[in-house]
Amino acid sequence: MNIHEYQARELFRQAGIPVPDGEVATTPAEVEEIARRLGGGVVVKAQVHAGGRGKAGGVKLAQSPEEARAAAEQILQLTIKDLPVQKVLVAPIVDIASESYLGMIMDRESQRPVIMVSPAGGIDIEEVAATTPEKIFKLAIDPRYGLLSHQAMGLAFALYHDVKQVRAAARIMEQLYQAFVTNGASLAEINPLITTSAGEVLAIDAKMSLDDNVVDRRPDLEALRDESAEAPSEVLAREAGLTFIKLDGNVGCVVNGAGLAMATMDLVKYYGGEPANFLDIGGSSNPEKVVSALRIITMDPNIKAILFNIFGGITRTDDVANGIVAALDQFSVDVPIVIRLTGTNEDEALAILEGVGKTALKDMDEAVQQVVRVAQEAA
Amino acid sequence: MSIFVDRETKLVVQGITGRDGSFHTRQMMEYGTQVVAGVTPGKGGRRFEDAVPIFDTVADAVAETGADTSVIYVPPAFAIGAMFEAADAGVKLIVCITEGLAVIDMTKVLPFLQERGVRLIGPNCPGIISPGQSKVGIIPGNICAPGNIGLVSRSGTLTYEVVDQLTRHGLGQSTCVGIGGDPLIGTNFIDCLEAFENDPDTTGIVMLGEIGGTDEQQAAEYVRNHLTKPVVGFIAGQTAPPGRRMGHAGAIISGSSGTAAEKMAAFEDAGIGVMKRPVEVVDLLKARM
Repeated sequence: MNIHEYQARELFRQAGIPVPDGEVATTPAEVEEIARRLGGGVVVKAQVHAGGRGKAGGVKLAQSPEEARAAAEQILQLTIKDLPVQKVLVAPIVDIASESYLGMIMDRESQRPVIMVSPAGGIDIEEVAATTPEKIFKLAIDPRYGLLSHQAMGLAFALYHDVKQVRAAARIMEQLYQAFVTNGASLAEINPLITTSAGEVLAIDAKMSLDDNVVDRRPDLEALRDESAEAPSEVLAREAGLTFIKLDGNVGCVVNGAGLAMATMDLVKYYGGEPANFLDIGGSSNPEKVVSALRIITMDPNIKAILFNIFGGITRTDDVANGIVAALDQFSVDVPIVIRLTGTNEDEALAILEGVGKTALKDMDEAVQQVVRVAQEAA
Repeated sequence: MSIFVDRETKLVVQGITGRDGSFHTRQMMEYGTQVVAGVTPGKGGRRFEDAVPIFDTVADAVAETGADTSVIYVPPAFAIGAMFEAADAGVKLIVCITEGLAVIDMTKVLPFLQERGVRLIGPNCPGIISPGQSKVGIIPGNICAPGNIGLVSRSGTLTYEVVDQLTRHGLGQSTCVGIGGDPLIGTNFIDCLEAFENDPDTTGIVMLGEIGGTDEQQAAEYVRNHLTKPVVGFIAGQTAPPGRRMGHAGAIISGSSGTAAEKMAAFEDAGIGVMKRPVEVVDLLKARM
């Protein structure tokens, strides 16, 4: 789960990382008031779950409360990478003497959290990594011991010469590791980590992504979820225990298992159709989930046909058939449904479907060709 | 022959009395897997289905029955502890079916297992089956057939789809391994490729990958440098929309975006036959064997 900068700042602050003051706002009037309270120049930053905000015009400097209001008016009308900006962070302008990069990620290869620092911080850090990799310093952290002081100091000496700043940066690295571990992060990033002309080391940006499996059991982290950043159908799906991603096509897909769901979408595309969604009903056998799935998919007015692709393993295909029957009983589905099911209890499933005048195919390739054809005829 | 499990495998089931554990234990027993013990703390001394002795701890189960492999069906809150326990009890292979584990917890489990020489398959995986010999996990036995194709996959039901194609067209399997879809897993593509290469009864290999990470690219490099047997592969997620990436750390560490196109190109470069549809697995394999 991605969280906003203002939320990540708060988690960083709880870990002791020095972060300048700042407040979040949803209207230009609030922004003006916050700017007045903070005094002096401020930066107004779009709060969206996407990178590249600066380049999209989502970060503006303002020298007065009136300018801050004007900046907010512009930013709150932006859509960055399909996400409408609904909140902005207002923070005092800090005078910057140098910009460094500090990031931490869960690394699949070393199977450890890896810390990365570079004295060449800022928005072009990926370019730095690609062209001058010697300017990036990395260390895989042994989770049994955490980030050791001398390791943090070693990395900090790659950023600064002044030993006071080195100590301050090393401390921030250890605090970032604490924030990473205690909140089950998959990514934590400060870009840039700055020094001020007075010599302070500060985090003026904050990014964090959290492990969904940790969020699930931590109400305090669950509370950070911004449902306004998700499509309403995706929120409904999550509440129903389904994994759902809305897309732009017209062939609705209901599949068990993420890999098979992706392969099904790929096959729809292969035969010239456009999938309307990714939807994984999961492994468990629960007719209610099928009802929810159909309800969510039919909310999309673009849908021209629906494909069920179920390979029964733990999932019992008769449960899926019962779910389809229950759904059709509860609400009308106006588009054709193509059903492919095979595996556990398929004879029972076929009998259940037959009872309501439905048939099912056994072959995935055939079913996908058929659903693409009926969707195209209806379009 | 086969890899990792065979008819000699002696299995202890952690969570044998739970809803999923009991259902799948029955399925494994019906398939012919040697289920020698079960573990549920507090239920030691009883028997599962009047046949399999239940113990309070994995250590007791191993001491009494000589179990060498464990399968874990316990809920996510207990699965991390279950892996530590199984490794400490001295099993050589742990198959963790449970999904929903925190990655940060896995960073502690993995070195613990490595130090003890214990192989882990999973977590969040369908398990492993050597058809006709032993099944450990939840892969439906009836879609598999004994034979010479080795299959390794990151996904569950997509594995079933492809195994079903193989079986229906007369291509049986030596072993099918579902390595799991989590970011941190015990056994990866390369471990399975190496084992299949060394298994005299495996003559062809199928790899089923997904978008995300760079495991498939590394596996492709391994195939190029170390494998003599024919390999075909599939990447699910060719049409998945690009994620809205947060931060730069992912790109800095791997230099890759983990797209299907990138992975399929890596497969092509390494001489791996690339399936565009699951149904193509049979023809592609037959053309190479």
